[in-house]
Amino acid sequence: MASSGSGYDLSASTFSPDGRIFQVEYATKAVENAGTVVGIKCSNGVVLGCAKPIHHKMVVATSGSYKRIHTCDTHIGVASTGFLPDSRVLVQRTTEEAADWLEQYGGKIPPHVLADRLGSYVHYFTLHGALRPFGAAAVIAGHDPDTKECSLHLLEPNGAPYRFYGVATGKGKQAAKTELEKLNLHKTPIAADEAVKQILRILHLLHQESKDSKPIEVEVSWICEASGWKHKGVPKDVLKTSEDWAKEQLEEEEEDDDDDEEMEEES
Amino acid sequence: MANKHTTRPITTGTSVVGLVYDGGVLLAADTLLSYGSMAKSFNTPRMVSIADRVLLGASGEYSDFQEIVSRVEALALAETTQSMESVYDERTLSAKSLWNYLRAVMYQKRSKMNPFWNDLVVAGFENDAPFLGVIDKLGTTLQENLVATGFGGYLAMPLLREKWRPDLSEGEARALLEDCMKVLFYRDCRASARIQLAKVTKDTCIISEPYELDHSNGWNAPSMQRAVGDLDGDGGW
Repeated sequence: MASSGSGYDLSASTFSPDGRIFQVEYATKAVENAGTVVGIKCSNGVVLGCAKPIHHKMVVATSGSYKRIHTCDTHIGVASTGFLPDSRVLVQRTTEEAADWLEQYGGKIPPHVLADRLGSYVHYFTLHGALRPFGAAAVIAGHDPDTKECSLHLLEPNGAPYRFYGVATGKGKQAAKTELEKLNLHKTPIAADEAVKQILRILHLLHQESKDSKPIEVEVSWICEASGWKHKGVPKDVLKTSEDWAKEQLEEEEEDDDDDEEMEEES
Repeated sequence: MANKHTTRPITTGTSVVGLVYDGGVLLAADTLLSYGSMAKSFNTPRMVSIADRVLLGASGEYSDFQEIVSRVEALALAETTQSMESVYDERTLSAKSLWNYLRAVMYQKRSKMNPFWNDLVVAGFENDAPFLGVIDKLGTTLQENLVATGFGGYLAMPLLREKWRPDLSEGEARALLEDCMKVLFYRDCRASARIQLAKVTKDTCIISEPYELDHSNGWNAPSMQRAVGDLDGDGGW
């Protein structure tokens, strides 16, 4: 990186002459090296999915020791990626904010307020020389019980909580975003069960494309009518059929590609 | 100035009565809140569901009960949100844990000479078995097949002990509790005939809407005219 050695990257409280804060950019790099997280805001809910690379054969990935999607309140789900201990702190903070709101106002915290508050918290860590920015990003899926609306936010290490129709972060961010854009979610939102399929397709696609492919474990959760507007893991049977569909799709696409190549060779 | 502590309740609810029957637990409580001897509110539930298959009922100071409920609801939520289990294994608070937690809370409060002025009933269903327990304002816990707080301890308990069997059906259990609530309505000046039933079984946890017990026969019941034994279901004894 061009910034190394210039001295402007030693502290989060120092701007470089061209107006960048390198410490924050390094933190973002930590996110770009970690497992992919994809979120889709649906016509009837919101879905989160993440791919957990199994970096050691003996790690027990199905257990909570390597948990990437958390329920922070009954109506809020957070999928985080990046430096695992940092994302744990983010999740902990989200849970506390939601619980504090409930204690003070006697109702559920609106998801956008939660995203805002978490944004302020993360941003604070980019202001001080004595602090290190979060090496983690969080995708926040929520259902507002008052307005009956679902929402999807991405919180990055710089502290900006943007709202999205569909979002991806982590290692496969770019490719996943391209796939999400093809779905035209901002014009024609898809249903939650369809979103589960698409997310699985994207995660498996990225996994196939990556060269160093370590095995992955996929976690998918949703908030929709079927889950009682609560954040729940997508039922195992739905996950199974969706995963079969996704793999079938990918095989077909691969065959099509092969056919295309053959055609090209012939012509 | 020395701290002033709670020495008497202000807004109160009266008895909660509960029993274990074949396949579940049934609780009953009326919906009256009293301000001293004045009837203050007629439609206030005193039983709530804290978590899946966990019920909490209370007699005594209602504001203390509300505080307890908000504390344990937060605890039940934290059980889920702070859990490191995967999103598929949702952890919740169990009835027995809640019962034990409330014991600690009630004992600590009373040891500071500032008790929560309630007698609490915890009902649940876990590990394929019904659970029913009480905690009083001193922090004493009892796990029983029959419970009655407040005046119910004097007026309903004898009836329950006489009529209860472990193989009671749901219908019989309900009839028995309604009998108890009727007796309480007639003889406890802080009770009303508007009651709720709450049920926990293996499959469900529901609290009924408040409904009125039939007391049209009122003081005309034979046993009210003349003390006789063994007249069922008319509010006498």
